[in-house]
Amino acid sequence: MTDVLAAPTGTEAPRSEPPPRRRRGLGDQAFAWALLTPAFVVLIAFTHYPIVRSAMASAQERGGEIGTGQYERLVNDPVFWQVLKNNIWFALGTVPTSMALAILMAVWVNNKLKGQAFLRLAYFTPTILPMVAVASIWLFFYSPGIGPIDQLLSAVGLPTRNWLGDPDTVLPALMVMMIWKQAGFFMIFYLAGLQNMSPELEEASTLEGASRWYHFRRVTFPLLMPTTLFVFVVAVTDAFKIIDHLFIMTGGGPNNASNLLLYYIYDTAFSFFDPSYAGALTMALVVILGLAAILQFVVLERRVHYR
Amino acid sequence: MTTLTTALPGERRVRVGRLLETVGAWLLGILWIGPLLYALWASVHHRDAATSFDLTAPLTLDNFVSVWNGAPFDRYYLNTVLLVTGILAGQLVLGVLAAYAFARFRFVGSNIAFALVLVQLMIAPDILISENYNTMAQLQLVDTIPAIGLPYIASAFGIFLLRQTFKSLPIELDEAAEIEGCGRLGRLWRVYVPLARPTLVAYGLVSVSTHWNNFLWPLVITNSENARPLTVGLAVYNGTESGIDWTLMSAATVLVVAPLLIAFLIFQRQFVQSFMRAGIR
Amino acid sequence: MPVRPRSLTGAAAVAGALVVVAGCGGGGDGSGGSDGLTMYYPVAVGGPLTEVVDKLVADCTEETGTQVTAVYSGSYADTMTKAQTAARSGQGPDLAVLLTTDLYTLIDNDLIVPLDTLDEDLSWTEEQFFPAFLASGEAEGKLWSLPFQRSTIVQYHNKEAYEAAGLDPEQPPTTWEELEEHARQIQEQGAAEYGLEIPSTQFGNWMFQAMAIQQGVENTPGTDGFVDYLDDPGSVEALTWWKSLADEGLMPSGTTEWASTPEDFLQGRTAIMWHTTGNLTNVRTNASFDFGVSMLPAAEQPGSPTGGGNLYVFNRGDENSRAAAYEFSKCLTEPERAAEWSIASGYVATGEPAWETEAMQEYAEEFPEATVARDQLEVAQGETTSHENGRVAQAINDTIAAVLTGQAEPQEALTQLQANIDQILQPYRAR
Repeated sequence: MTDVLAAPTGTEAPRSEPPPRRRRGLGDQAFAWALLTPAFVVLIAFTHYPIVRSAMASAQERGGEIGTGQYERLVNDPVFWQVLKNNIWFALGTVPTSMALAILMAVWVNNKLKGQAFLRLAYFTPTILPMVAVASIWLFFYSPGIGPIDQLLSAVGLPTRNWLGDPDTVLPALMVMMIWKQAGFFMIFYLAGLQNMSPELEEASTLEGASRWYHFRRVTFPLLMPTTLFVFVVAVTDAFKIIDHLFIMTGGGPNNASNLLLYYIYDTAFSFFDPSYAGALTMALVVILGLAAILQFVVLERRVHYR
Repeated sequence: MTTLTTALPGERRVRVGRLLETVGAWLLGILWIGPLLYALWASVHHRDAATSFDLTAPLTLDNFVSVWNGAPFDRYYLNTVLLVTGILAGQLVLGVLAAYAFARFRFVGSNIAFALVLVQLMIAPDILISENYNTMAQLQLVDTIPAIGLPYIASAFGIFLLRQTFKSLPIELDEAAEIEGCGRLGRLWRVYVPLARPTLVAYGLVSVSTHWNNFLWPLVITNSENARPLTVGLAVYNGTESGIDWTLMSAATVLVVAPLLIAFLIFQRQFVQSFMRAGIR
Repeated sequence: MPVRPRSLTGAAAVAGALVVVAGCGGGGDGSGGSDGLTMYYPVAVGGPLTEVVDKLVADCTEETGTQVTAVYSGSYADTMTKAQTAARSGQGPDLAVLLTTDLYTLIDNDLIVPLDTLDEDLSWTEEQFFPAFLASGEAEGKLWSLPFQRSTIVQYHNKEAYEAAGLDPEQPPTTWEELEEHARQIQEQGAAEYGLEIPSTQFGNWMFQAMAIQQGVENTPGTDGFVDYLDDPGSVEALTWWKSLADEGLMPSGTTEWASTPEDFLQGRTAIMWHTTGNLTNVRTNASFDFGVSMLPAAEQPGSPTGGGNLYVFNRGDENSRAAAYEFSKCLTEPERAAEWSIASGYVATGEPAWETEAMQEYAEEFPEATVARDQLEVAQGETTSHENGRVAQAINDTIAAVLTGQAEPQEALTQLQANIDQILQPYRAR
């Protein structure tokens, strides 16, 4: 006996005593919303409401009137463009590299090479550390002269550099650190993906005489696409969200060479005490992340489900 | 498999290839674990030994003593533990309730509601520091532990994950419970939550790791050691006007990462599986 | 691995309890109660100095009868941020130790009160504090703060490295030429990797001001919160000289970290460093070699900016709490305490009476290096102080970084910088 008005999830299964359906339908609606309310109060209060407030704050100009003055300022602000450029470079530098390394690590760990447990530990450990701790360690590493990297270089006879004090090397230096921290995290997702693949696929390839690389390129990697897309979005978001290291290492310097958008927002709001401009900058960041979200849902949802 | 005393040429190629791979993987592994090992090494040596790589230098625990006495790390530990526990508790309660609603109920506006939840996946409270600070100030919660945790207890990630999990449970169990006279909350409590336990555990580990390591928002919202967690404590400890002692800094770093690291070393498999499970979409 | 099931109601109860407990334990409210006040302070060195501050605060609690909770809030910048954001949301501290350069920012935002509203007769301050330090707290014809942890830049040199280079360890450089010569010789003789280090991050603007003063620039402190010396020919000379030191290799190229310079000095990587006298105790404790402290070298004239932090009374609470905060500040800055604080930290004791205390006289005899910063006060100018100090200081620091990393030429960069600053300060001229 099918209940025509039953909810598709099937909670309204036929019963011995027929429930008053409409009341139940309404009761379910109210109940569902009641379940959602606690989460939504917090969600709206700390995610949606601040976005609206940022937009409102950004409409306040320096003299106190309402207008788009802050956005004019933003467009004409060389620091903003520098910061945006840095963030994009940072994303470009860390995302593909982290992902490639992650796949490599996952393949190695998955292949049960000697010392698999050690490898998995070594690759994943940086993920467990807080970014400020990572930054402290690497600040020491990059310390000119007395830091281990420079010491290693001079021991081998190579010239040392002021890694964090030179605008040409500071961003790449930070990227290296970021990759070090992130790759292991992404490795886990690829590992999950690899372990979910049936071994028959590989056997079939071997039987056909395909090389491992061919198998990887034509079978494994395409099957990992959902993982890749997921990891890609997380990596891009992180490239914009993670700025802890700037507090410890460079403060955005030298001369904004390592400054990132969220750090600039922090400075504007809490060092320069300019909430209106901070609002405009925040909206810029929201738009960027929003675009990334749209990218994820448009592209990801177009992918056929593999399971 | 049989072991041949004379290897076929193809097999030998495979073995060499595999050996190279192992070497490569190990090199990368050592490179990867190196920095942490070095920090550990520096933390138990005197100031001068750290920068001169003297491997035979005497070990010392003085650095840890200095760090422990130099800043209220015990208070930071307490704050952090309270914080991550509170956040996780809140996330589980709110998340389970919301996920149940999305998974098993049809209601008006469910799509919009879900879309609103998804917004937080991309735009986390972390980036809305300026306005969230103002909100906390109005609530008179500045410099308290609840202020650090509150924005996070509605976790889009958690809701998403749990919804997925609940949806994957067979509806027959739900119906069976209903037949037994279980109300809606009862079914949630008796059927869904126990069956989702592996996901809940996995989520718990991910959440604790994430919030143990969180920095920017706690930095913004705390002023004093009353609510300051370990990450902010470490940054504040390092930010001195008169210069950094690298061995002290390494010791402070080790103190901050130790609990999570030790937990990870002991429960490696669970950690890894948790993160894997959390990432499976 | 067995896991305890998470009880929903139990979890909710726990969460609720934690919220209550944590909420009670957290010091969300700025004032520590009806009688209690809150004081924010930054500390130069982590560790033992927090204890000294705690002791000073405890002593004054006893003396004045006012309960004060001292909150260590990080670096100067952190403390300023915390004090401001808390104050703006109505939960700020009652008093705080903040940089003297934050004066106009605090006044502009109505966060502090002038001391003449709390004390009719402020003439005592002229007897107790050095005029150079007192001047940093004056604006709009009133006094707003009391000197607490004050400093000048001093020159540290490694006597052992000097000897190894064949230089007289008791004759540190007194002119720019001598500085260059000594640095050159030290490097040629291999006595250290670098002859000299002058940090350019965080407080690079402070170092730059010193060089400008030495070039004879007069108005470096600024007037009424407006700063216009940046494109002065003397300033351009100064920055050009700074860059030339790096170009010649006497100094590291690129930017030099404020925080790692003392460590470089202690490790012997550099033989000479310019740094705050507030570092004195740190260097003294940790140096494994004989070192000397001297005034900064002269170009056209010797000189250094003053630096450090003063005690400000915040505009909160009622008359009584503000009066109490003022009394507490007076207590903290008494000569005996100023001496105690100076000896422990290396900051300059803030006035003649402090230097005349027994403790200070003994210390000065035992360790004459401590008197250098005080003697330099005769040729010191106030630190550059302006409206929107955060932005202005950042702009100066960015320009210094740009020039030192070769991205810009001094003349062009400084002209641009002055234009920037003029633009930032424009809204304040209309007042």
